[in-house]
Amino acid sequence: MSELTPDLVRHLASLARIQVTDAEVDRFTEQLALIVDSVAIVNKAVEGDVPATSHPIPMENVFREDVVEPSLTQEQALSGAPDSAQGRFKVNAILDEE
Amino acid sequence: MAKDELMNYEQALEKFEVVIGLEVHVELNTKTKMFCGCRNDFGDEPNTNVCPICIGLPGSLPAVNKRAVESSIAIGLALGCQIAPTGRFARKNYFYPDLAKNFQTSQYDEPIAFEGALDVEVPSGNKFTVNIERAHMEEDAGKLTHIGGSTGRIQGAEYSLVDYNRAGVPLVEIVTKPVYGAGAEAPELAAAYVRSIREIVRALGVSEARMERGNVRCDANVSLRPHGEAKLGTRTETKNVNSLRSIERAVRYEIQRQAAILAKGGKITQETRHWHEDRGLTSAGRPKSDTDDYRFFPEPDLVPVKPSHELIESIRASLPENPADRRKRLQAEWAFADLEFRDVVNAGLMDQIEETIAAGAKPQAARKWWTGELARLANADGKDVADLEVSPAHIAELANLVESGKINDRIGRDVLVAVLAGEGAPADIVSSKGLEVVSDDGALLAAIDEALASQPDVIDAIREGRMQAAGAVIGAVMKAMKGQADAARVRELLIQRASE
Repeated sequence: MSELTPDLVRHLASLARIQVTDAEVDRFTEQLALIVDSVAIVNKAVEGDVPATSHPIPMENVFREDVVEPSLTQEQALSGAPDSAQGRFKVNAILDEE
Repeated sequence: MAKDELMNYEQALEKFEVVIGLEVHVELNTKTKMFCGCRNDFGDEPNTNVCPICIGLPGSLPAVNKRAVESSIAIGLALGCQIAPTGRFARKNYFYPDLAKNFQTSQYDEPIAFEGALDVEVPSGNKFTVNIERAHMEEDAGKLTHIGGSTGRIQGAEYSLVDYNRAGVPLVEIVTKPVYGAGAEAPELAAAYVRSIREIVRALGVSEARMERGNVRCDANVSLRPHGEAKLGTRTETKNVNSLRSIERAVRYEIQRQAAILAKGGKITQETRHWHEDRGLTSAGRPKSDTDDYRFFPEPDLVPVKPSHELIESIRASLPENPADRRKRLQAEWAFADLEFRDVVNAGLMDQIEETIAAGAKPQAARKWWTGELARLANADGKDVADLEVSPAHIAELANLVESGKINDRIGRDVLVAVLAGEGAPADIVSSKGLEVVSDDGALLAAIDEALASQPDVIDAIREGRMQAAGAVIGAVMKAMKGQADAARVRELLIQRASE
């Protein structure tokens, strides 16, 4: 069994800035536990020499030359923002982080 | 914590062993950002160097800046690190408006460089080896301006404005292993280490390395433990200390603050702290997040970086001389005494003096101008002497004007002020203002005779060997010449006159 608890789900939700109801916490706890347990089974199956795969396509060293390309204009950049001022994105003051 | 609540520094060191750890962020001076072609520039209009990639619009795809990878490898090699044959990027997930993507693209489990070491000398001359755990590539975040708070601090702010020009600028974060054994010199070591990093990245040409612009930023971890204790104490991480002096002060403050808490049986909270340069103290920031909270996972949009052996070796072959070796070589070449040389290094003036000598000045003259008059003028102006707007070629020219006797030292100092004021090259200033010393012996002798006429006793005094009497006449001649005479020559001529 996984160690997924309702408190952990609430913590994950707060990290992701998602508001969840108690009913949702119960539901997600169950669903996430199932996922974690399933992954644990896969982990068991490949125990040993199988290297973890982060990129399924065998590609590497895809680089961009250090050459300037056109940027957006300030108007374009801000056009999708809910609010802006002085050429900048305007956001709520967030107090609980640095 | 108020100043009087801190533990006395010596007492703190008697009771506790200091362990520090430093995280230095170096902003690379690539033309473009880490993952997109937006300009990497300081001071542009807000949100003009942004594109769908660096403001995280859906469907945009990043691509790694090749030059940034090469610069990171160069930094790793210069710090004696091994370069990872394969490395990947990772997402560090956090919700904060300084990055629009809600994650920072960084490296986590596979940094590009690891296991290095840097020898650092502190002002006393003691040397320490700082072991480097890793150097990894990541992107810088945007700049937030808090509006509505009384002082622009986040406390009390009503809202924040975000400029993403800096978001996505390439950074290399260099992380040390815990540094033990610096004792009372831990604050100096922290500053000297950052100074060395700055020196190295400048020598490599991979960063502008200007701390006042945030090109080099330091987070200082400090923890204390009782002498003889094996387990590390709880650490605090003081953020964004943005000058060498602040680093030293912040580390010293944390040592005294933590010692006071621990001595009373209290516990240190693991947290980030903010250094306030104006008040000379740190204040609590946010509680340090658990690494797990960042939910790192491999970045699916970027493929692994596998630098070839050939690439690594070609970068290694092109590394400039190690700054420490260079210091040793230059001190020998210039024949500076240890103290003289240390002053030069501590003032950060080695490059300037090297260039001044290359432009034709004698080593001692170059040293005297930079560590003497220029340092004094910078200091009076509240500036760093290394940041003065003056070219080494001008200083060399000035030094040689004095050396050759065209102007004297005092006039030289006036000329320097004019050079700093942007009035042109020293030789031009001297000729346009007619500042050459009066080298015409006839004119000098005339002035001497005039001075002697009003002080007739002096000539007898000199004949009787009472040379101190000559001062009044030399002074009068210098005054008559508006300071533009070589006092030594006036003295010679005066003695000559007396012996006639």
